[in-house]
Amino acid sequence: MIASIQAVAPHDVALSVRDLTVNLPQGMERTHAVKDISFDLKRGQILCIIGESGSGKSVTANAIMGLLPKVIRLSSGVIQLEGMNIVGMSPDKLRNLRGRVVSMIFQDPLSALNPLMTVGAQIDEVMAAHGFGTPQTCRNRAIELLTEVGLPDPELMYYQYPFRLSGGQRQRVMIAMALALEPTVLIADEPTTALDVTTQAQILQLIRDIQRRKGMSVMFITHDFGVVAEIADSVVVMEKGHVVEQGSAEQVLKSPKHPYTQRLIAAVPHLTGEDRPRPEAASNEPILKVEGLVKTYRGGSALFGAQRTVTAVNEVSFELAPGRTLGVVGESGSGKSSLGRLLIKLLDSDGGGILFEGCDIAKLSEAKFRPLRPRIQMIFQDPFASLNPRSTVGHIMTVGPLAHGMPYVQARDEARALLAHVGLDAGAFGRYPHEFSGGQRQRIGIARALMFKPKLLIADEAVSALDVSIQAQILQLLDQIQRETGVSMVFITHDLRVASQICDEIAVMQTGRIVERGPPSQIFLNPQAAYTRQLVAAIPGERPGNAGPVAANA
Amino acid sequence: MTALTANAAPSRWSNNRAARRFMRHRLALLGLAMIIFLSLACVLGPHLLPYDSLYIDLRARFAPPLTGYHFLGTDPLGRDVAARLLMAGRISLLVGFFAMVLSTLIGTLVGVIAGYRGGWVGATLMRTVDGFLSFPSIFLLLALAAALKPSPVMITVIIALTSWMEVARIVEAEVRSLREREFVLAGRMLGLSGTHIMFREILPNAMGPIIVASTLTVARAILMEAYISFLGYGIQPPLPSWGNMLNGAQQYLGSAPWLAIIPGAAITIAVTSFNFIGDGLRDALDVRDDHI
Repeated sequence: MIASIQAVAPHDVALSVRDLTVNLPQGMERTHAVKDISFDLKRGQILCIIGESGSGKSVTANAIMGLLPKVIRLSSGVIQLEGMNIVGMSPDKLRNLRGRVVSMIFQDPLSALNPLMTVGAQIDEVMAAHGFGTPQTCRNRAIELLTEVGLPDPELMYYQYPFRLSGGQRQRVMIAMALALEPTVLIADEPTTALDVTTQAQILQLIRDIQRRKGMSVMFITHDFGVVAEIADSVVVMEKGHVVEQGSAEQVLKSPKHPYTQRLIAAVPHLTGEDRPRPEAASNEPILKVEGLVKTYRGGSALFGAQRTVTAVNEVSFELAPGRTLGVVGESGSGKSSLGRLLIKLLDSDGGGILFEGCDIAKLSEAKFRPLRPRIQMIFQDPFASLNPRSTVGHIMTVGPLAHGMPYVQARDEARALLAHVGLDAGAFGRYPHEFSGGQRQRIGIARALMFKPKLLIADEAVSALDVSIQAQILQLLDQIQRETGVSMVFITHDLRVASQICDEIAVMQTGRIVERGPPSQIFLNPQAAYTRQLVAAIPGERPGNAGPVAANA
Repeated sequence: MTALTANAAPSRWSNNRAARRFMRHRLALLGLAMIIFLSLACVLGPHLLPYDSLYIDLRARFAPPLTGYHFLGTDPLGRDVAARLLMAGRISLLVGFFAMVLSTLIGTLVGVIAGYRGGWVGATLMRTVDGFLSFPSIFLLLALAAALKPSPVMITVIIALTSWMEVARIVEAEVRSLREREFVLAGRMLGLSGTHIMFREILPNAMGPIIVASTLTVARAILMEAYISFLGYGIQPPLPSWGNMLNGAQQYLGSAPWLAIIPGAAITIAVTSFNFIGDGLRDALDVRDDHI
């Protein structure tokens, strides 16, 4: 592999990294963030760096930009940018390169933009920082850039503040800023991870268009093989700070050599057009029946007029049979999370009914509903925020049952048994949440929800924050639990691929309404609603109807 | 599943890290050392000194420091300043400490309930806090101290009643942001009662800011006690406090300056030390810059 790298003629390489090693401070999990990594970004190509969280891919990007935090040191290696070695370069010289020769797009476009400056002012600032042109030429150039990234009405957009823009529009502004000085190398650090699928598809399209038009070289960091399949020319696979495999996109995706790459590719969820087999002896009496459920948020102040209302959930109705899973999919703002919280009464509904085992819980007061709470449990999205950082796992698991009158010894024994059941060792009982990885924490969250032996589980984006390989394990665990306990599930997700893996039926939500409902085979292979078709088409790396380019289904 | 037993850090790792960060904060360590020294001196000192703080020796009036065994001199009645200073320290430090405990309790209670309940309950409580804050606290203190019998206990209560608002505000803001976290939703999902969620789930997560605020409250309470005692409404002679020692010293500023300088220095040292500790704790407990 090394030999093939060195064979490339130097003028064809925009960015070349050789034997880069970055140390981590003492007391961390490992001694190096990245160790002895080498790769080349060829001129006019898109290089995808893929790896799971903690693989060192973002550290690599920051090292190239000279933006490493102070505690993390670049200890050895060479980074050649357009023939110049930037390792050990003075901060002034490096600053001069940033933006002009190499620039970067960040993952979260909201926190990367200054909320107090207009979009135009921020783009001007980039140019002004490098002494480019007069205010008038800067303004013209900024409007040109806003046009180029496909923002509507660029003249008006120039005077907008970031909070008025949607996530996709903000990311377009970030791209405009990064392009302001026509850099030859663009580094994109998970630029589409925080976006909806349809927006992600647009942004990927935009990056590819601009790259082709300008002949730019792009280093694209991602954790999603679907994205790789969409845009990459070549791929570098990283694991725990090492490059385990690199090559052309075709080669890595179709015939991965390293076992880690094979595992990653195998773990990518795919659209399955197949429905799950119906469990035998399933009763047809629905455990949950939702009728015309409505939730309206009121913003602003009634006192001073200007009250705004947003209908988050609008006349939603569905049924769920025992032991079955209903997937609720939709983009952000579609009301799917509000729906989940209404079902478990963490939010109060404004109309309609929720019939749980024949009893309308929508109208019950909190005090009346509390005895029923054990029967409906929830698995939360964020495995970091959903466990109290100051409580031991044992406390987290037993506090609910204790409050409902279970004796401590019994609660403790059941908690230990459940922890073992979800794949954690018995020692986990006395430890704190921060001692566990994201996947382990999500297992704790699942075990907590199972302590009561609930009839209905609501999983709100339960795997969205996890790496693909962990995602696959958690989905397997949920499937296994459902088969063992016969619990019904409402599985809320923005990821159609995940939904297709685990759901018996899928409801597609758009602006508070269910626009289509049906088994996965219908939703993915023969979608009826225009919106569903749009969603399915936007899934990266999949061509519905055939196996898609990521073929290695191990 | 091979990774399940990996990366298990030692227990209570975050607390050790906070302790390590505090230990690196030089001024905070200095403050801590000074407070320990002052407390030990006030507890043990009076037993080691040859004079009682109330012993009047009219032959030895206005002795400057280092006269015989009067290490810090004597006052207009010939009482030993060192003995009085240490006895006064007991009162001042105890008043400061208990005023802190009381005001932290009140402030935390109000803040947690206002922050968690929100709505009209929160609004009512926080407007009460605003009401208290809008009084000039020194005048309120003086008015209360003039109306009530000024014993050390009463002074403590009065100081606490005029200084709990800041803690309440800090706690309210903290709880309001914690309330939206998913682990609180999880608590509701499990069917825990509101009281349980407030005090068992949320409160431990707000301890950092509370500890910092209460350290700074001690400093302020000591200062306040000195104020009102200096103005003659606080601790009444012959019981000494740092404030009323200053009061007694003001007419002799020219002839016997040590009478003012010594208790003044004690107040300064105690207050700055507590402030240093507060700063150190704030840096040590702030985990926001901790995302590695």
